[in-house]
Amino acid sequence: MSDAGSTLPTGSTPAVASRPSFAAGVIPSGRSSLWHFLEHQFSRYRTTWRPTIVSGLISPVLFLLTIGFGLGSQIDDTSTLGTDDYAAFVGPGVLAAVAMLQGGQLGLWPTLGALKWEGTYQAVLSTPLTATELATGHILWIGFRITVGSSLYVFVLALFGLVTSPLAVLAPLVAGMVAMSFAAPVSAFSASRDSDEGFSLISRLIFTPLFLFSGAFFPVSQLPVVVSWISRVTPAWHGVEVCRHLINGELDPLNDLIHVVVILAWILTGWLVARRTFTNRLSA
Amino acid sequence: MKMVSTVSPLTEGTLSIFGRSPDREGREIRQRMGVVPQEDNLDQELTVKENLVIYARYFGLSWSAAKARADELLEFAQLADRADAKVDPLSGGMKRRLTIARSLVNEPELVLLDEPTTGLDPQARHLLWERLYRLKEQGVTLLLTTHYMDEAEQLSDRLLVMDQGKIVAVGSPTELIAEHVTKEVLELRFVDGTPTELNALGHRTEQLPDRVLVYVDDGDAALSHMYNEGVHPTGSLIRRATLEDVFLALTGRSLNE
Amino acid sequence: MIALRQAARLPESATRFPARHVFERNVLSYRRLWLVFVAGFIEPVFYLLGLGVGLGQLVGQVEVDGMSVEYAAYVAPGLIASSAMNAAVFDSTFNFFYKLKYAKTFDAMLVTPLRLGDVVSGEVAWSMTRSGIYAAIFLGIATILGLVESWWALLTIPAALLIGIAFSAVGTALTSFMRSWHDFDYIQLGLQPLFLASTTFFPLSVYPGWAEPLVQATPLYHGVTLCRNLAFGAQGWGDLWHVGYFVAMAALGVAFTKGRLRTLLMD
Repeated sequence: MSDAGSTLPTGSTPAVASRPSFAAGVIPSGRSSLWHFLEHQFSRYRTTWRPTIVSGLISPVLFLLTIGFGLGSQIDDTSTLGTDDYAAFVGPGVLAAVAMLQGGQLGLWPTLGALKWEGTYQAVLSTPLTATELATGHILWIGFRITVGSSLYVFVLALFGLVTSPLAVLAPLVAGMVAMSFAAPVSAFSASRDSDEGFSLISRLIFTPLFLFSGAFFPVSQLPVVVSWISRVTPAWHGVEVCRHLINGELDPLNDLIHVVVILAWILTGWLVARRTFTNRLSA
Repeated sequence: MKMVSTVSPLTEGTLSIFGRSPDREGREIRQRMGVVPQEDNLDQELTVKENLVIYARYFGLSWSAAKARADELLEFAQLADRADAKVDPLSGGMKRRLTIARSLVNEPELVLLDEPTTGLDPQARHLLWERLYRLKEQGVTLLLTTHYMDEAEQLSDRLLVMDQGKIVAVGSPTELIAEHVTKEVLELRFVDGTPTELNALGHRTEQLPDRVLVYVDDGDAALSHMYNEGVHPTGSLIRRATLEDVFLALTGRSLNE
Repeated sequence: MIALRQAARLPESATRFPARHVFERNVLSYRRLWLVFVAGFIEPVFYLLGLGVGLGQLVGQVEVDGMSVEYAAYVAPGLIASSAMNAAVFDSTFNFFYKLKYAKTFDAMLVTPLRLGDVVSGEVAWSMTRSGIYAAIFLGIATILGLVESWWALLTIPAALLIGIAFSAVGTALTSFMRSWHDFDYIQLGLQPLFLASTTFFPLSVYPGWAEPLVQATPLYHGVTLCRNLAFGAQGWGDLWHVGYFVAMAALGVAFTKGRLRTLLMD
């Protein structure tokens, strides 16, 4: 990492191409340029991590405190939830639900921004990196950031005594995967757009209901049949289930495996489409 | 410009527009004035025609009068076929014409234009000059700032040269040329050094890094005189003196930044 | 050839209430953005269905003013206040910033007979109207779902207008200090706790004693309480305190915004 010690303040990071780690000559053989992309993003991250951590940690903690503990205090009967109290139900669920929401958001404005307004990704392409590698790096990078934020949140859950299984250390990884399962298809879509028209509609009319009906706040079985199936097909609910099982230590191996497979299928599909739209966008 | 358009308060001195004071009667002054800012600030969220209609509303025109006025101005700005288009995809020249049309919604007596053709291609500039000339013909006063001396020469009756915020000359383009420079300019290039004989040739000579300018009344006469003296430049050009020469003569050649 | 001096058609001085033309501009611009407009009031409906109805099955009945009410009916008026806040804040922050810094919409307005006061009033009036429309539609949906008990609930619409004007006045004032889009992360960061913690979803009594005054100091708490009291016909003279809170917020916000815009646009 030739420029890891950068002391540039947030926001004034120069365009990628001007950075030495991307100059064609310095990439050692045997290491892919994808790796360099991630390495580079990481070096930038050291100066821009605060907002990500803040939103990645504060948002789920707020839901835990207000809905989990605040509203939870009004709930006496938790028999349908499978947990002793409501906070133990919501806390782990919100981990995956917020990851989904943030993965989706990162797939919208920041993606189009890097591709269009800021030109960051155009600059990357003047290096040996291909558009496919760029799409891969973009999605992996979102997953990484959400995993970091989620780890802190799981730590907070532990402080509240809501973690009852050592398997909980795997939960942030699942949250990162949930983020990618949304970020991949959404980025693919954003890359095909010329303006952010409709982005706020997607956020409000698709992300919000998927978030609320993800099973994080109440079991999807309480939903009308049609809505519950929408929740079952989209990846958020699968992530909510797996995270809850990992943190509460009540693993259901077969079902959890299926959940993970569904999430991976969404990542893969999204990635396949994203390679195409990224390529089309950047070759035009 | 912001003070004349009565947006900013005066920093010093006095200002009177239509015999009124901008401090107390800004609204009344603006009612009779049109402003074309340096940067287009058209409303991207509205169509071409809506831009004109809503602007006319700001001046208190009724909806029907505003729409009728917008149609007239679209014709004037040669934008009638783009009436329902969004503003963003318009070319630079079209946006400028729309901004000028917008400044005319209130049938102003005075239009302020802040560098109206900066950044436009020659065709767009000439079309714009022609439209502005037509306004002038109809008795609208145009108050124009520009860095382009050809533009000033084309459009202005009375010209005011400013340097570092101070007025350095006032007059019509022809008066200013007559007063501050000669009729013609001889541009000469020499391979090895400028011969001293040149100094006697015209009213004034100016040594530039790549050439010498000689300010003369009759270029042809001066040139043949020079050849007779045995001075042979590698290149020569006779041209009419322009406002650009006046401007440079008055404000100097060094960058004022 | 255009006619230039047909003075008869043009009023010598500007019309009465010139601020209404600023309002008209926003109506024109939203004619094509109606879907965005719709999305703004559907989002709280999702919260009503998701948390109100969905969680309602777990929560059961809640007490308001001695009455026992369904949880969704308890949440609904709180969401009216929240959606009024959201509408006003969205307009007075993101949209206002765009018009102020990028589109230079206000620069274009100020060279017409419009004055700074007209521009601020027109903008705030528009945000307020948007809040009122959202509240009215939301109230209609809540009524269809059988969650509205009292005719007094109609008064939540003027309450929403009041909440709208207060939040939009403060929103424009804050926006005038914003340097770039990055600063808007703070607005988002501020809205979420207001939304979640302002007793929309659970009563004030849930908080530990020391936290109650903190919650009571936040603006949305007053909106939620006012709307809830009205929705259940439980209002009293004490609610004037909430009204006063918003009037003060609006007055301060407008005065501040005018001062700031004078510096930003006129000097």
